[in-house]
Amino acid sequence: MNEQSSKLYGVMAEFATPEELLEAAEKTRAAGFANLNAYTPYPVEGLSEALGLKRTWVPQITLLGGILGGCAGFGLQYWTSVIAYPLNIGGRPLNSWPAFIPVTFETTVLGAATFAVFGMLALNKLPQPYHPVFNVARFAAHASSDRFFLCIEAGKASFDGAGARKFLEGLKPASVAEVLDE
Amino acid sequence: MSATNDTSSLRRVAPVVEPGHTFGTVTEKISSIVLSRPAGAGWFFGISIAFGLVMMLGMCVAYLIARGTGIWGLNIPVAWGFAIVNFVWWIGIGHAGTLISAILLLLNQKWRTSINRFAEAMTLFAVACAGLFPLIHTGRPWYAAYFMMPYPNTMGIWPQFRSPLIWDVFAVSTYFTVSLLFWFVGLLPDLATLRDRATSRPQQMIYGLLAMGWRGSARHWHRYQMAYLLLAGLATPLVVSVHTVVSFDFAVAVVPGWHTTIFPPYFVAGAIYSGFAMVVTLAIPLRKFYGLEDFITMRHLENMAKVMLATGLIVAYGYCMEFFMAFYSGNKYDSFLAMNRMHGPYAAFYWALILCNIVIPQLLWLHRARTNVALLFVMSLVINVGMWLERFVIVVMSLHRDFMPSAWGNYRPTIWDVGTFAGTIGLFVMLIFLFVRTLPAISIAEMRELVAHTSEEQK
Repeated sequence: MNEQSSKLYGVMAEFATPEELLEAAEKTRAAGFANLNAYTPYPVEGLSEALGLKRTWVPQITLLGGILGGCAGFGLQYWTSVIAYPLNIGGRPLNSWPAFIPVTFETTVLGAATFAVFGMLALNKLPQPYHPVFNVARFAAHASSDRFFLCIEAGKASFDGAGARKFLEGLKPASVAEVLDE
Repeated sequence: MSATNDTSSLRRVAPVVEPGHTFGTVTEKISSIVLSRPAGAGWFFGISIAFGLVMMLGMCVAYLIARGTGIWGLNIPVAWGFAIVNFVWWIGIGHAGTLISAILLLLNQKWRTSINRFAEAMTLFAVACAGLFPLIHTGRPWYAAYFMMPYPNTMGIWPQFRSPLIWDVFAVSTYFTVSLLFWFVGLLPDLATLRDRATSRPQQMIYGLLAMGWRGSARHWHRYQMAYLLLAGLATPLVVSVHTVVSFDFAVAVVPGWHTTIFPPYFVAGAIYSGFAMVVTLAIPLRKFYGLEDFITMRHLENMAKVMLATGLIVAYGYCMEFFMAFYSGNKYDSFLAMNRMHGPYAAFYWALILCNIVIPQLLWLHRARTNVALLFVMSLVINVGMWLERFVIVVMSLHRDFMPSAWGNYRPTIWDVGTFAGTIGLFVMLIFLFVRTLPAISIAEMRELVAHTSEEQK
């Protein structure tokens, strides 16, 4: 598959506490490393800001899902009750919209919730069974339980792996490791 | 656990998580229940009984489909019996799970953390049990798709969207789907933990598949948290809408005892009441048998007891208002219904309901009652019974005496009614038993967050 046996994906440092990670993330970003990511066993407050993450599109996707769901729900009821199968019951209006609200509400919520979840997964590019970070033994053992990791990713441009490693070692992490993409 | 000190004016509040826990111990303790702890004899004993009941459910449903609803005690005028009573009861129980996971999240209540996961599981299983009844209550399950699903068919007809029964289909199916999504999103980081900690190949593969490659990336958490918050915001009005729509099934009809505007809020309060009772019923054995007293502390039990007390009082207000309006309206059918409830052939059920739902829960005013685990467990069962009786009173007692004395009748459940109901309880218990052994019953990721917060507070 890949001709090169292993490619450098990035350099990763391990920290014992979220406070150390936050401090390290801020310092690394200030030092001008562009492609930064952190891995934590739970969402750490302030980490998104420390890494300078942009706002997410999840709310807009959710709104879109809600609008589509609502229109589809109301549209279905309107089309069936007015166009496809009109029933004249004592001359009452065919488009009896107040009676259509409960179903419209439910389909709005359904559309918004499914878009929120699948939109979030799609933006996160999940499912993704393989990722280079899992090649780091310490990461695979501790990232999902009790350790905090900061990774300087190589990105596309020429990347000074040794320099990045040296910088991370200066932050007094518990360990530093190269992340190799096999 | 919360030591009462007579000399101090303030009672020490039990913590939401006992001190001394770290990220590692929380992870280890919760994941070991699933990964390494062997299933004990008690677990096998429990699930055997539950499985037996599920087999009975299968038999009852098979016989129902073979013979039709005639095997149940239904007749005119009581054409809605156990099936609808059980449907409303189960769906109500589900509501507490969503309330805990969504509304308490929006209200930033930290104590929800260790109970939300299994409360959400309870929601799913309760809604699954509930969903069974509308499906089978016609005796012809295929009718559910035939009449309720809007699909293009050769007859060219469409469902009646002005009917609460159709609203119900949309409300319940949306509720189940959104609850499942909410639950799964919450599980995602924990599935990754199980994947990383699993030692056997099948476990690694199954949890790995379910975790979808979650690696706790900050970029992922960033979107995850937003999606989770939005889901909570969506689930909150949804949960209120579901039992409102269920109450419309009754309130839109003209039957005395059903045709009242108080039904939506009173049904929602009743749903939360019975749901919290069921959460307590499940939490007490869970924390005892799996040694989770550190995570599900007295604080949780006491808070849930307080929620039960509050919602119980709303339900009591609903009963009083129903009674008051029956006479204040001057409607002779309504006032007859109120008298019939107290003195009619099913009066015993009505008084049992008042005892279970209003009188006994008043004990929860006492701190000593709220912190007595055994008493609380009994009380939660009593409330569950009471809420079931409430639905029986609403469904059966309103129907058996309607407008024309010549159309009056009585209802007596048959063994098949009882068997089906007991069977769904078995299904519910079996699913809970399987859940506890295969997925983390407490959210590990959220517990870590809680540990981080409490250790910060102590500093």
